[in-house]
Amino acid sequence: MTCLPARTEKKLGLVIDLDTCVGCQACVTACKEWNTGGHMAPLTDIDPYGGHVDGVWFNRVHSYEHTTEQGDRTVNFPRSCLHCEQPACVTVCPTGASYKRASDGIVLVDEDKCIGCKLCSWACPYGAREFDTDVGVMKKCTLCVDRIYNDNLAEEDRVPACVAACPTSARHFGDLGDPASAISQLVEERGGVALMPELGYKPTNRYLPPRARSERAAKVDAAALEPIKAEGGFLGWIDRMLSN
Amino acid sequence: MHPAFSVVFFTTATGAGYGLLALLGLLGGSGVIPADFWFGLVGMGLALGLIAAGLLSSTGHLGRPERAWRAFSQWRSSWLSREGVASVATFIPAGLFGIGWVLLGRSGGWVAIAGLLAAAGAVMTICTTGMIYASLKPIAQWHSRYTLPAYLIFAAMTGSVLANALLQGFKLGSTAMPIWALLATLAGWGWKLATWRYNDRLEIPTTANTATGLAGGTVRSIEWPHTEENYLLKEMGFRIARKHSAKLRLITQALAFATPVALLAIVYFVPWPLGAIASMLAAGAQFAGMLVERWLFFAEAKHTVILYYGRE
Repeated sequence: MTCLPARTEKKLGLVIDLDTCVGCQACVTACKEWNTGGHMAPLTDIDPYGGHVDGVWFNRVHSYEHTTEQGDRTVNFPRSCLHCEQPACVTVCPTGASYKRASDGIVLVDEDKCIGCKLCSWACPYGAREFDTDVGVMKKCTLCVDRIYNDNLAEEDRVPACVAACPTSARHFGDLGDPASAISQLVEERGGVALMPELGYKPTNRYLPPRARSERAAKVDAAALEPIKAEGGFLGWIDRMLSN
Repeated sequence: MHPAFSVVFFTTATGAGYGLLALLGLLGGSGVIPADFWFGLVGMGLALGLIAAGLLSSTGHLGRPERAWRAFSQWRSSWLSREGVASVATFIPAGLFGIGWVLLGRSGGWVAIAGLLAAAGAVMTICTTGMIYASLKPIAQWHSRYTLPAYLIFAAMTGSVLANALLQGFKLGSTAMPIWALLATLAGWGWKLATWRYNDRLEIPTTANTATGLAGGTVRSIEWPHTEENYLLKEMGFRIARKHSAKLRLITQALAFATPVALLAIVYFVPWPLGAIASMLAAGAQFAGMLVERWLFFAEAKHTVILYYGRE
């Protein structure tokens, strides 16, 4: 049913730290690796070794230059489904393939019901949904629903693959509906923001803005190079000979 | 937005088909247009044919068309599902009206009621089509108060011009119909100009700053996540039309509005076969013009996801 639950018991989601993300793409490949055999499998690649590579990914990392009065900074920006509280991608679905779970707030697609009309991808402002042209259905991030409740995995591994893979711990997973949860407190402490709040989708995921620059940071500017003086004597002769 | 031909044709054809159906249902059922077997057969055949061709074309847009029947289930939340339900439901009164008015040659009574219901169904279906686009917040050019009236006005316009062409063709031409078709075309022209004017001055609150959560200053894309165009850029990052949009807007105005207005204006002043030919040319030019208009409707619409790619 594509009507939304009035409320969800939990609001599971991700918090992404734009201060520490180094743009290494580890979350991207870990996501692809897990999910191409997971709930929404396969994550089809089209012409993977050819000139027009295309394929389905649930997580994409962009890089931006953010220019402010404090100067320029490079910001790596992972983009994936935000598991919104008001996901228009679900309500526009004509078949009931898209749904938001009342238990944990995860937005999923039932691939067996999807007719591939693509309207959900038009309704998502964040570009979270990608169409699989090979299978003819829409695919999206599942928040690794087949990992986070998986009793066959060690408890510390019951997190989304992207979170498990992040080498700088820039990705955090938890219940954003519980103000006492570690992840909610992190958002509180760091002033986490929602993306495009003006559209009213109420995304669950939060992004932690880069920290303000410290005045105490070490200077990393290298000293300017001095021009090399022409040398005389034997070394100067070798230099001239080798320069010819 | 990528203008998929299946959807461009679908919305244009069903718009004209439902517009014609509504007019025939109202005017035929009430006896204003007298029951005439051949006129009725061609008129209803054209209306239902355009609708059926459009609906079939729309399934060409689907990744899994064999599951299209599932789209009738979510009418509580989805305008696309409501469109599916309304379009199929309209076939019932339209079919009854066709039997009564075309095959039995009757008007009034139950035939009038069936015609009225068919017209109501046609209007409702057009509304659901318009709302599919008008309800999409990420596309500011569609999520405006201009979109829903545009679908209704263009359906009335193309339906009227088609109805006039048929009436003229069957030598049943009334004096009112060309005037009505001409006025409807002028209304469509005005609405399209107002829409373009609105869209050209649109200030969208969503920016690369709000899209990334990076407050203040400027946010410039320096690297994409991928080297080739992906689904998002192919579907939502369509830019080809922008380059030619001024020319395409002129072509739209010439074909969809100016030519039909000129042709409909001369219908009065020329004898029968010429008036009929002018009316048919008006309908043909307008349909072609509306295909260009609908193509531009998609191609000029910008989705918020392109902000992540540094495209405008």
